[in-house]
Amino acid sequence: MLSAFQRALAARTIPLVFALAFPCLAVPAAAEEIHVKIDNFVFVPDTVTIKPGDTVTWENVDDIPHSLVSKTPGAFRSHPLDTNDTFSFVFATAGAFDYFCGLHPHMQGKVIVAP
Amino acid sequence: MAKDNENGVDRRGALECMVWAGTGLLWTVAGGVPKVQQILGTTPANAQAATGFTFAQISDSHLGFARPENPDTNATLQEAIDRVVAAKDKPAFMIHTGDISHLSKPAQFDTADKIIGSSKLDVHYVPGEHDVIDEDNGKAYLDRYGKNSKGKGWYAFDHQGVHFIGLVNVFDLKAGGMGNLGAEQLAWLADDLKGKSASAPIVVFAHIPLWTVYQDWGWGTDDSMQALDLLKRFGSVTVLNGHIHQIFQKVEGNVAFHTARSTAFPQGEPGKAPSAGPMLMPEGKLKTVLGVASVTVKQGTHALAIVDTPLLAG
Repeated sequence: MLSAFQRALAARTIPLVFALAFPCLAVPAAAEEIHVKIDNFVFVPDTVTIKPGDTVTWENVDDIPHSLVSKTPGAFRSHPLDTNDTFSFVFATAGAFDYFCGLHPHMQGKVIVAP
Repeated sequence: MAKDNENGVDRRGALECMVWAGTGLLWTVAGGVPKVQQILGTTPANAQAATGFTFAQISDSHLGFARPENPDTNATLQEAIDRVVAAKDKPAFMIHTGDISHLSKPAQFDTADKIIGSSKLDVHYVPGEHDVIDEDNGKAYLDRYGKNSKGKGWYAFDHQGVHFIGLVNVFDLKAGGMGNLGAEQLAWLADDLKGKSASAPIVVFAHIPLWTVYQDWGWGTDDSMQALDLLKRFGSVTVLNGHIHQIFQKVEGNVAFHTARSTAFPQGEPGKAPSAGPMLMPEGKLKTVLGVASVTVKQGTHALAIVDTPLLAG
């Protein structure tokens, strides 16, 4: 059994050891959050360009539900967003992701993830 | 062109335009020739005299929706059901052309079943896109309403010599597309119609219109032409849809198309409103644009008469 003191020491020590072991690691640019509004059956803006690791957050301001479905099956899919609901997704890898509304598929948008 | 009614809407206009308000529109199809008889609030006596049977159509009840456009969709659905029950021509059954619920939630379906069940009528459902957005991609709807159906909820039944076909066009929607029937359902339809006499009256119902009302808003079904091709040889085909929350009708050959009002809220007019979203009506006017449809089959003539009745005369 570790004493409370030992546990506290371990908690303080591990991050320190990690930082010493990798002193050359560049600090990555802080991941950003990009907002897309769903307004009048349109994604605004309909195309966003982001960096890997960034988050896109969609907000539905329409009086009707919408959802987000990636054209490539399985890449991402939201639950139905009722009025004022939001959905966030972190795009970890580079690529172009076309998507559409699962209820109104004529509504289309695109997320371009470029390093 | 001759004026068919005192509002100055000519016959062609009445067939092609969307009807917003006012009283019921009686529309008959006899021998493939459609005719707007008159604009009226009640079914005329002569239509009833030749009645074989009548069925009711309700649509787009969107239970769970509670916004300024209609803060109480339960109450307007109940009012629509009460109107169906009180009709002089008692309907043999009812069809619901989808968007029963707003968000496919069990509680919304429960409430719908309770209110619609108060009619004590048999109800034949097809799903709208709002009914299949549960986590399991439509399981909630299919478990509840799809027991005697094929595939993703389609089916056919016969009533007094009329063949009814419920189609489903809200699954597997494609990016940039509209409604979708899919190859499996089209194959089933071809098989279902095989061997049927061309003189058999056919009624097809589905949620999204089976013809393109307005492509920019997705108001149509990508592969509906394939279904309509299968129906071409029949002398009397009536296609009943919902989805667009307003009356729209047209005739092409022997096929009569008709969309019903919603029981929940109206939607904008294509090309005029900024989007297909709910439309806020002036105070006191909501019930003039909500309503039910009543379809009468006159036996022997293969004529169907469709009467749209608003909850409140405008």
